[in-house]
Amino acid sequence: MPVITYLEAIHKALDEEMGRDERVFLMGEDIGAYGGAFKVTEGLIDKYGEQRVIDTPISEIAIVGSAIGASYMGMRPVCEIQFIDFIACCFDMLTNFAAKSRYRNGAGVPIVVRGPCGGGVGGGPFHSLNPEAFFLNTPGLKMVEPSTAYDAKGLLKAAIRDDDPVLYFEHKFLYRRIKDDVPDDDYIVPLGKAAIRREGSDLTIVTFGAMVYTALDAAAKLAEAGVETEVIDLRSLAPLDREAILTSVEKTSRALLLYEASRTGGIGGELAAIIAEEAFEYLDAPVTRVASLDSPVPYAPPLEAAFLPSVDKVVAAAKNLVEY
Amino acid sequence: MATTSKQPAKPSEALSSNQLLEMYYFARLARDIEERLVILFRQSKVIGGLYRSLGQEGESVATAYALQRTDAVLPLIRNMGVLTTMGVRPLEIFRQYMAKGTSNSRGRDLNIHVVHLPADGAQEPVIVGPISMLGDSIPVAAGIAMGARMQGKTIVSMAWIGDGATSTGAFAEGMNFAAVQKIPLVVVAEDNKFAYSTPISKQMAITRIDDRAASFGMPHELVDGNDVLAVYDVAKQMVDRARVGEGPSLIGVDTMRMQGHAQHDDARYVPKEVLEQWAARDPLPRFRKVLLERGAAKLSDLDDIDTMTKDYAAREADLAVEEPMPDPGTVARGVYAGDDFARPQLELVKSPFAQRGSSA
Repeated sequence: MPVITYLEAIHKALDEEMGRDERVFLMGEDIGAYGGAFKVTEGLIDKYGEQRVIDTPISEIAIVGSAIGASYMGMRPVCEIQFIDFIACCFDMLTNFAAKSRYRNGAGVPIVVRGPCGGGVGGGPFHSLNPEAFFLNTPGLKMVEPSTAYDAKGLLKAAIRDDDPVLYFEHKFLYRRIKDDVPDDDYIVPLGKAAIRREGSDLTIVTFGAMVYTALDAAAKLAEAGVETEVIDLRSLAPLDREAILTSVEKTSRALLLYEASRTGGIGGELAAIIAEEAFEYLDAPVTRVASLDSPVPYAPPLEAAFLPSVDKVVAAAKNLVEY
Repeated sequence: MATTSKQPAKPSEALSSNQLLEMYYFARLARDIEERLVILFRQSKVIGGLYRSLGQEGESVATAYALQRTDAVLPLIRNMGVLTTMGVRPLEIFRQYMAKGTSNSRGRDLNIHVVHLPADGAQEPVIVGPISMLGDSIPVAAGIAMGARMQGKTIVSMAWIGDGATSTGAFAEGMNFAAVQKIPLVVVAEDNKFAYSTPISKQMAITRIDDRAASFGMPHELVDGNDVLAVYDVAKQMVDRARVGEGPSLIGVDTMRMQGHAQHDDARYVPKEVLEQWAARDPLPRFRKVLLERGAAKLSDLDDIDTMTKDYAAREADLAVEEPMPDPGTVARGVYAGDDFARPQLELVKSPFAQRGSSA
């Protein structure tokens, strides 16, 4: 099986879906001749032409708005937001137009809005966002974030084929750092299904994206101390795989919620509520969050390291849980 | 704009008497639907606000009448005439305003927030009503025409926007994108003097609303919005050039919102004399005069239409009143695909004038 990077897997998903379905087309800034800020779409304009790989003005509202219109006409647009931080510029189009359209009038909006998220690369306050919490409280949207190259391809293909608007967050720290086996086959990873990345009996870490690797590194350290950690990779943030979360917590009786966005009002709060409401009697310790600090994402490496969750922070929190 | 020698100097000169009567019918019907809605509003049968298009019926009909039946329209709350012209059955409007379970949105959304997406091959218009974030319709309108073009179909997309919403970023982004991509889009920018209570002088530092289009490299014209045929002439030329691939354009419509933002608003901020001046320019009496002068109609023809539309609106309203409210058990359905409940379909009807030649 070919071993390719997370970034190459995203490219492959776009290429395969455009080859499979003429309705699929791409829109975004610098995605054509330049191939995108991170080169995700490199070469696709040569293969599919500028009618299907559209270089747009710097206009996120126009990108998402025209994608909505095209989707009404039966097309399957995939919008690239150059850095996911800029999704704030089309927040209205996503939360008011796209998310409510099916509920209001039955007019589905099968669009994908994808872009690089996440920190750890010195991107500073405007190129490092993890925006999932902004959208978690918006019924009508779906959200995914892969952690492996295999999932990057399979989730994107599933997102493109889905009949609802899907936000696809790709963690830029993983773009070229993560490589794994990605079959050439036409497979999808279904939306709404989590994956167990490591099995364990003492503690569950629920996480996603780049934090999966932080969780796995912490789990290895904890194993040295005799603590067996289960790591759940959510993959889909909306809808959430409640069953996978609850099954694991019922087994381990301890839940640690690890996410890279700022702590307050983050997705961990929702996960904690689900566990408290539905698995309270199984718990042996308080549900615990490890997340970024409640500040904008800072630029300087020592500041960003202090800001982000780390293996040490996860290990310390896990030990508190186990010793509770 | 330049006209070719093959066309009459004014497109409206090619309109048959029957078509002219049909335009009058659509405008009159729009007004009568709203008059009936006022009664329902006072009876507390309309849920929420009621937004009138009084004074703007003429330009709404005239612009939409320049389209073909399979084109796309993205009207605003003050474009009831667009809906009548595109054949939306009045019953659909009453159901929406009364939040009935039978309505296009199944009671989930307001007034003319309706969507009609034709089945494949149907000779019907695409209708996408507004969302309340005015301005958002412009990029969506561009995407509709672009999406059709990608499938080898040419449809012209027409979107209406008020003076206030031309101040939004969505308007600017959508206009610019449409211009760059040469999308067959016609934007009707309605200068009706007030955005809620804000006068146009606080909305823009230009005096002609059509100048909004200049920086996008888009052709634009300003027209007397209460002169039905003058509006039609400009709209038809812009629609025609869009259809042959010459790109988007903007019609500035000089008109007046004759009532408050909605029924709750007494519009005391509008000087009385201004309203009096514009009342004298009401598009419906003006159009009647034109039709009579042109010999397109006898007085009795027009009076017959007035009776017909008034009765029709009343009958449709009575039908809607009797319809059920939505079942609360359906409230959570249709957020995602798979348990859809609402459907993007409206009942479309032909006007009594359609048999003898029509708008499309």
